[in-house]
Amino acid sequence: MTALSRAAGGGSRAHLPDWLLPWLAVAAALALFDLAPRVGLLPREHFPPISESLAELVSQLGEGSFWTAVGKTLQGWILGLGIAALLGIPLGLLIGSNRLLYRALRGLIEFLRPIPSVALIPLAILIYGTGMQSKVFLAAFASFWQLIVASLYGVQDVDPVATDTARSFGFGPGQRLFRVTLPSAIPYIATGLRIASAVSLILCVTAELVIGSAGLGRSINLARSGGNEELMYALILATGVLGLLLNAIFVKAEKRVLHWHPSQRPLGAEA
Amino acid sequence: MLRVDHVKKVYGEGNDAVEAIGDLDFEVRDGEFVCVVGPSGCGKTTLLRCMSGLLEPTSGEVRLHDQAIDGPPEKMALVFQEYSRSLFPWMTVRQNVAFPLRRKSLDGAEAKRLVEEAVDSVDLAHALDRYPWELSGGMQQRVAIARALAYQPEILLMDEPFASVDAQTRADLEDLILRVRRQYGITVVFVTHDIDESVYLGDRILVLTPSPTGVQESVDVDLPSPRDQLDTKELPEFTRLRGHVYRSIKRRQSAPAEGGEVQQEPAGAGS
Amino acid sequence: MSSGRRWLAVGLEVAVPLLALALWAVLSAGSETYYFPPLTEIFSTFADTWLFERVGSDVVPSLTRMGAGLAIAVLLGVGLGLALGLSPRARRATSPIVEFLRAIPPPALLPFAILVIGVGNSMKVFIIGLVCLFPILLNTIDGVIGVDPTLRETARVYGISRRDRLRNVVLPAATPQIFAGLRTSVSLALILMVISEMVASTNGIGYFVLESQRAFAIPEMWSGILLLGILGYALNGGFALIERRVLRWHRGARASALS
Repeated sequence: MTALSRAAGGGSRAHLPDWLLPWLAVAAALALFDLAPRVGLLPREHFPPISESLAELVSQLGEGSFWTAVGKTLQGWILGLGIAALLGIPLGLLIGSNRLLYRALRGLIEFLRPIPSVALIPLAILIYGTGMQSKVFLAAFASFWQLIVASLYGVQDVDPVATDTARSFGFGPGQRLFRVTLPSAIPYIATGLRIASAVSLILCVTAELVIGSAGLGRSINLARSGGNEELMYALILATGVLGLLLNAIFVKAEKRVLHWHPSQRPLGAEA
Repeated sequence: MLRVDHVKKVYGEGNDAVEAIGDLDFEVRDGEFVCVVGPSGCGKTTLLRCMSGLLEPTSGEVRLHDQAIDGPPEKMALVFQEYSRSLFPWMTVRQNVAFPLRRKSLDGAEAKRLVEEAVDSVDLAHALDRYPWELSGGMQQRVAIARALAYQPEILLMDEPFASVDAQTRADLEDLILRVRRQYGITVVFVTHDIDESVYLGDRILVLTPSPTGVQESVDVDLPSPRDQLDTKELPEFTRLRGHVYRSIKRRQSAPAEGGEVQQEPAGAGS
Repeated sequence: MSSGRRWLAVGLEVAVPLLALALWAVLSAGSETYYFPPLTEIFSTFADTWLFERVGSDVVPSLTRMGAGLAIAVLLGVGLGLALGLSPRARRATSPIVEFLRAIPPPALLPFAILVIGVGNSMKVFIIGLVCLFPILLNTIDGVIGVDPTLRETARVYGISRRDRLRNVVLPAATPQIFAGLRTSVSLALILMVISEMVASTNGIGYFVLESQRAFAIPEMWSGILLLGILGYALNGGFALIERRVLRWHRGARASALS
C-alpha cells in the first residue's frame, strides 16, 4: 500500500521475480499435499499423496468409462443450457420490452426466481426418474431464470436516447428491435449466458451426485463409496478442469461481444 | 520554515526514465502564502507530493523546521483537487472533519470543539450531519478545507483545489481561503494553473519551468491586504503582475541555472 | 405511462400472482394425479408440518448449519481477501490455485467433504463454508484493489496508522463489493445446505423433502418444496433490505457522481 518509491535504481529489494511466484506457489502446494500424507501429517486414507491422484487422472484419460461420464455431464449441460436459452431469452426480451407485461409478471418472476432449483430434485425424480431427463430438467430450470432476467434487464437498459434517435430516423418497431434494442441487450445476455453455463454445470453435477444420473458427479461419489480415494480426487480435479474450460469459452465470447461496451473501455476513456 | 532543497524526481528507469522534476530549490517562510504556477505537465503535483511526504525524491530533500521529512509530517495538511474522491462517502461531514484528529490524542470535547469551529469557519455549520455527496462541489471542497483546518497544521498544501468548481464558486473559495489563513495564521503553498488566482491570493509566486522542472523565478506580490475580488483586480499593479507571470511562463528559453538558483526577472522585460 | 395505464399496471402487479395461485388451486382441485395433489391439500399439509411441528427438528438445524457455514466464509473470506488485496505479490502467487479451486462445481466437493469429515453437522458446515468462501474472497480482493487511491492518500497525509487505515478506510470502501460477493454466497449456502442434507443427513429440510419423496408422502414433499421456496425468497429479500441499509451511502455517492 506504500506509494513511497525508492531511488531510480529500481526496486532493489525484489528477491523473486513476479512471474516465478505462481509457479512456486503451485509447486509448494503440490509438494505439501504429496509429502504430508507420506509422512503421516495428513491421514493417508483421506488424503492420498496428490501425485497418486494425478497419476490416476492421467490413466483415466485412457479409460472409455471416464469419457463416457464426461460426455454424459456435457450432454446434460448443453441440453439444459440450450432449453433455458431457447425459452428464457425470447421470453425475457418480450417481457422487458413491454412495460405492462413486465409489471404484470414481475411479482411472479421475483417469487419464482429465488426458489433453489435443488428443492425440485425430489419432484424431478418423481416425474422423470433418475436418468438424463431429470438432470436436464433441473439444469434447464435453474439456468432459465438467469437468462430470462438477463434478457429482461438487457432490454430495459437500452439507452432511450438511442431508441429515440432511431425512431426519429423513421425506424419501425421491428427494425428498432433488431438494430437498437438487441445489440444493446446482447452484452447482458452474454454475461447471463456465462453465469447460466456455470449454473447448468452445477445442477448437472448435483443431479448426478444426488439422484445418481450417469456422469462425473455419480462417478465421483461411487469412487468415494468404493474406497478408491485416488480416483475420487482425480475425478474432482477433472471436473474442475471441465469447469475452467467451459468458463473460459464463455468469458472469451463475452469479451468479443462486449468489446465496444463502455464497461470494457479503459478507465478514463469515458466522457 | 519549509525548505525544498535541490529536489529532483525521476520516474522509471533507463530509457523510460521521466524526469518530472529537474532541480527545485526554494524556501517557504513562516506565514507566507506562496502560489506555485507553471505550464501544464511541469510537475506541480509531483512537487506537492514530494513536499507532503507522499513521494520520496530521487535526490535532494524537503525540510520542515530544518528536519528532513520522512513520510507525511504531522504539522502539514494537504487538500486535493478531487474533493469528491478525498472525502469518505460513508462518513458525515462531522465524521470526515474529525477523522484526522484520531492521530492526535485529544479528548472528545476538545475534538468536537475543533471540528465545529473549523466547519463554522467555512460556513457549513448547517451541514454537519450531511453526507458529502449530498453537498455541491464547492461545499465539498469547503469540507476538505475544514478537515485540514481542524487538524491544526502549521502549513497547508493545496493542489489546484479550485480547478474543478465553477468560476463563481471559485471566487467564493478564494476569499474563504484568504480569510481562514488570516484567522488560523497558517502558511499556505497553493498550486494552481490559474494565473489570476495566483496573483490574487499570493504573497509570492513561484513560476516553474516546463519539464525538467525547476524554478523559473520568484515574484513578490506587493498588493494591499485584505484582497477584494473587484477592487484588487482593478489595480494597475495587479495587471502588471499578471502580465509578468504570464510572460514568464510563456518564455521557453530560460533553463534553471546550474545549482538551481532562483532567478529574479528585471521588471518590464518582455518576451 | 398514462395515468390509466399506470393503474392497470399496479392492478396487474397485484392480481397476476394471486390469479396464478388461484389457477393452480383450481386446476389441481379435483386432481387425481398422484404427483400433483390439490393446492389446498399442500397448504394444509404445510400448516401441519411446518407450523410449527417440525421447526425444531428440521428448520433449526438447517438454518444453523447454513448460518455457521456463512459466518466462517465471511470471516475467512474477508480476512484473506484483505490480505491478498493489499499484496500484489501474494495475489500473483495464489491466483492460479484460487482460480482453479473456484472453478470446481461445488457439488463435486461434497464427496470430498464426506470422505474427510464424515456425515455429521461439521461436514455440512465445512462444505458450506468452503464453497461460500470463494465469492466473498474474490469480491473482497476486488473491493480492496478498487479503493480510490485518493482516499488512501488522504489517510496517509493525515498520518493515519496502517491498521487504522485498514479498518476505517479500506474496509468501508470495499464493503459494496464485499456485499456483492455475499449475495452470491447466500444463494450458494442455501443450495449446499439442501444437497448436503439430501446426500448425508438424518434431519433438515433437504433431508425431509427427499425422504418424503422416497416414502411417497407427496403432499409433504410439496410442503417442503414450498418451504424452501419461501426460505429462498425470504433470504433474498432480507439480504436486499440489509444491503440497502448498510450501503445507503454508496448509492447516494454513486448517484451524485453520475449526475
